[in-house]
Amino acid sequence: MDFELTEEQVLLGATVRDLLARAYDQESRLKTLETESGWSREVWSQLAELGVLGLSFDEEDGGAGAGPVETMVVLEELGRRQAPEPLLDAVLLPGGLVRAVGTAEQRQRILPEVAGGARLLAFAHDEPGSRWPDTEVAVTAVADGSGFRLSGVKNPVAHGDCADELVVSAVLPTGGTGLFLVAATAEGVRRTPYRTYDERRGAQIDFESAPAELLGGPEAGDASGAIAAAIVAAQASLNAEAVGAMTEALRLTSEYLKTRKQFGVTLSKFQALTHRAADMYVSLELARSMSYYATAALADGVTDPMIASRAKLQVDRSGRHIGQEAVQMHGGIGITTEYPVSHYVARLTAIGRTFGSDLEHLRLLADRVAGYGLAEL
Amino acid sequence: MKLALSPEEVAFRDDLNRFYRTEIPQEIRDKVQYGLDLTRDDVVTSHKILNDAGLAVPRWPVEWGGKNWTPMQLHLWEDELQLASVPDPLTFNANMIGPVIAQFGSPELKQRFLPATAALDIWWCQGFSEPDAGSDLASLRTTAVRDGDSYIVNGQKIWTTMAQWADWIFCLVRTDPNAPKRQAGISLVLFDVKTPGVTIRPIKLIDGRHEVNEVFFENVRVPADQLVGEENQGWTYAKFLLGNERTGITAVGRTKVRLAVAKEYAAQAKSGKSTLLDDPRFAARLAGIENELLALELTLLRVVANSSEGRPNPASSVLKMRGSELQQAATELLLDIAGPDALPVGGAETASPDWAQRTGPSYLNFRKTTIYGGSSEVQRTIIASTILGL
Repeated sequence: MDFELTEEQVLLGATVRDLLARAYDQESRLKTLETESGWSREVWSQLAELGVLGLSFDEEDGGAGAGPVETMVVLEELGRRQAPEPLLDAVLLPGGLVRAVGTAEQRQRILPEVAGGARLLAFAHDEPGSRWPDTEVAVTAVADGSGFRLSGVKNPVAHGDCADELVVSAVLPTGGTGLFLVAATAEGVRRTPYRTYDERRGAQIDFESAPAELLGGPEAGDASGAIAAAIVAAQASLNAEAVGAMTEALRLTSEYLKTRKQFGVTLSKFQALTHRAADMYVSLELARSMSYYATAALADGVTDPMIASRAKLQVDRSGRHIGQEAVQMHGGIGITTEYPVSHYVARLTAIGRTFGSDLEHLRLLADRVAGYGLAEL
Repeated sequence: MKLALSPEEVAFRDDLNRFYRTEIPQEIRDKVQYGLDLTRDDVVTSHKILNDAGLAVPRWPVEWGGKNWTPMQLHLWEDELQLASVPDPLTFNANMIGPVIAQFGSPELKQRFLPATAALDIWWCQGFSEPDAGSDLASLRTTAVRDGDSYIVNGQKIWTTMAQWADWIFCLVRTDPNAPKRQAGISLVLFDVKTPGVTIRPIKLIDGRHEVNEVFFENVRVPADQLVGEENQGWTYAKFLLGNERTGITAVGRTKVRLAVAKEYAAQAKSGKSTLLDDPRFAARLAGIENELLALELTLLRVVANSSEGRPNPASSVLKMRGSELQQAATELLLDIAGPDALPVGGAETASPDWAQRTGPSYLNFRKTTIYGGSSEVQRTIIASTILGL
């Protein structure tokens, strides 16, 4: 058993950390968030040059063939700096599906461009009223010559506003759920972009007989298993990002307690506050342990929704605890946008409601709790 | 990053599992699993079986019976022991005074005490806390005044666990009342609790049982060669000892077993038309505790898998704090499963099952876990100062 990172993995984390530290100070980050896309094409190119965008793709698909641990390391750094670049939404999740389900031709057509930063994907899966772990989709696909046409509504689609190409789940004419490639500019595709409360971007996407290509070719069947596995991997990525965000939120809070004076002394003289900061540390370490657990399982080739829920339940609870306490201990400054801690809290809040909240993960675990005696790793 | 144990570690674990389940009497392990009181003989029997197999004091130096195991092997030894519901080797001997004597004692002291301590031929108790020295241990007032070849000890200790079963006490005493710092004038001495002038008085606890004591010293004559290490260096030895104590209180394996037992009972407890275990709210509470326990276990494994020899990890405060809270959560869960059947205590002739009657005292007794071994408040202070720099 081993929970240490290799030298290469540590170096990867440090390199991404340096890049993001150079790319963003508080002011430039705020400016970037105000732009239409909400993130920086320039930083995106730098991440591409560094090989970060293609990290998890196979070498023949233009990637580095790295695994879940490397992904975790990078996401933790993005979370620590709250870099708004859509690595998970535009690359890892939809790209992972192309990698898992796509034909060799589709992979080679799409993935090298994604790894190079030239093409952005988005995973259009959620539908109005749906909620993890729903797998039923209502968007339909009808055969049309060698291709298909999709109709229905997807919302929310994370970073669907900027995607060049959409990976869309839809009901196959033969039943089951298929995955389709749809050009974002295709006729019959209407996008309604919006901002989210964690300062990211999203879109509703309406399909009206939009032309689509079946991912995996004409022989492809039901992709529900691949979708479930991709979501398990996405949950692990969100956990890692949340751990990075929590680490920084706690660091900012500790710094604040050491410097901010009230009643003539620093806040760190008040045990009522330092003990709460200690509890934040406990929450952080428990979340980190679970993030490592979920990632190590993925690295072993295990995509178990129970493990994913165990990890995300803890991460969501820790994220809520740390976020709320960080704001409270900062006082008024903690709820301003010009001070960074509010951004960490908003993002942790959104992560805690993406691909299942603590309520839903706890329900899944509770439903199965009678099925075994001792809980074992 | 790797979750799986190596094949060697798996074999090591399986051997221990087999040993614990075949060599330690079932009757004793059942008592531990279902929370019944152990007798002194139970503890001694189990400890001696472990010691005869070289499994009682693996953390000690090899020449005194230790094993030179890796941190992971030590973890597996302890985890399997807990999962098999084997009583812990007596902690006062194995984790507290034994390692201190092995580290700081003279050759004569080691020869005289370590084999008997490992074998539990001497049952030790701990004379640290005093009425005015709990978390603030350095304010202790029990004195030892040198008189020829002896020290004359006067004062009082409190919360002395199992002193009624003990043969000897390891005792912090003030040997230099004029030392510039309170910590500097303290020494560690060993003596027989039957020495004239020692009085042990039971303290009845919230659960109605007798577990701790007050111990009074009135002109107790302690031979000077029963001083550990150097005079006035006792604080160093106490810190070493308490560092060992803290990591042992996590008890993940014990809490796991307790939750598994809770499931057994909850599956039999009626709730509406079904059982308590089928009640989604109850199941969610149980699953929540179980998940927190898993997060703690993984945190423990991170400490174990990455710990460097002998270096105390500040995360041990996380383990102590959360470990004790989860022990309490599990005993509370059992009390809630028992419901009204928990009210009678020792009512053998009633319809309330024995297990249910034990849950109230057990819940109340476990309130101690967030108090002893450095209270949760002390752990928070340690985390805030040593980790967060506050």
